[in-house]
Amino acid sequence: MISIENISFSYGKNTVLKDITMQLEEGRIYGLLGENGVGKTTLLTLLCGLKKVKAGKIDIDGYDPFERKPSFLSMEYFLGDEVAAIPMKASDYARNYGRFWEKFDSGKFAELMDIFETDCSQKMNRMSFGQLKKTYISFALACNCRYLFMDEPTNGLDIPSKSQFRKAVSRYTADDTTLLISTHQVRDLENIIDPIIILDRQDVLLNAGVSEIAEKLTFDYSGERHADALYSELIPGGSIQVYVNTSGEESKVNIEALFNTVHRHKELIKGLFSRKEQ
Amino acid sequence: MEFDSNRPIYLQICDSVCDRILGGELQPGGRIPSVRDYGGEIGVNPNTVMRSYEKLTDAGIIFNKRGIGYFIADNAREIVLEKQREAFIRNEVPQILKKMSLLGLSPEDIF
Repeated sequence: MISIENISFSYGKNTVLKDITMQLEEGRIYGLLGENGVGKTTLLTLLCGLKKVKAGKIDIDGYDPFERKPSFLSMEYFLGDEVAAIPMKASDYARNYGRFWEKFDSGKFAELMDIFETDCSQKMNRMSFGQLKKTYISFALACNCRYLFMDEPTNGLDIPSKSQFRKAVSRYTADDTTLLISTHQVRDLENIIDPIIILDRQDVLLNAGVSEIAEKLTFDYSGERHADALYSELIPGGSIQVYVNTSGEESKVNIEALFNTVHRHKELIKGLFSRKEQ
Repeated sequence: MEFDSNRPIYLQICDSVCDRILGGELQPGGRIPSVRDYGGEIGVNPNTVMRSYEKLTDAGIIFNKRGIGYFIADNAREIVLEKQREAFIRNEVPQILKKMSLLGLSPEDIF
């Protein structure tokens, strides 16, 4: 489990994260959403031990990430937004670097590369950005580690690769693996990310599972105007309206509409979701 | 799989399994894919598929053999038929009647 308690971080005088508290349960695929500059990447680099918190505490299964103990590092993998084009064949890279992760599975790596239609025998510095990214995604999933942090993994992927990514993530993460994926491409990841975390400037606006969101908010696609809509948006063929769920019936959560609703009604949403039903 | 209706994804997965039972593609005693395989096939979070399987299990449509997987119950077809008939009368018929009255159609015009 990942426990983040009152952490703060700043770049010089520029405070990015302030007093952030949240918990991440194991075996979930978290989506980390937030506007540009709210500190999504910073949070990921703090979790994987690349940066040190200025205040507060991060605890991952009893480890402080910044101590970077080998036993901690071998159970996590961070896939950054930018990836290195190493002059090495993908298969050689997997063989050489996979050994740092105890449960690295080279068979799984080959299968994933196959799903992504990327050639293992190609040199990584000869690959296109998308192919390179898919190589690293395959590597990350093949590590079989407990904690996987991915920063904008679908950036630079072509259209078929996005559905391949969803399939790969769903099929190839172990039951006890926790994935934290930061993204702006919510449509790429719809139906995959659950729970959803919405980070704001120095605040966590939402950290809730899709079923809890559907219990508390109604996403109405019917086009009949609702007087108490918190958010509404015209779409071809009608509209999406979001309002507090009073009927008890669940609807399909639309992540973009959710994001916009949460941003317009920060306090109301926080209040709505702080009442945890048992 | 294309998800376009307004129902939650986990219910749409239930619907899809039920439709395949009614259509005869899934037979009593037959095994259905594991949560992870099915999630991988349709690009959906395995926890969502798990929720669908739990709902179908509660309804008696599928059952879980520990350590082996999920299977279609012997009387799955009857249960699905009864549930869907009930839902059709409760949800769809009123909508059809409403639309018919809007368009000034009577049952004799159709049947």
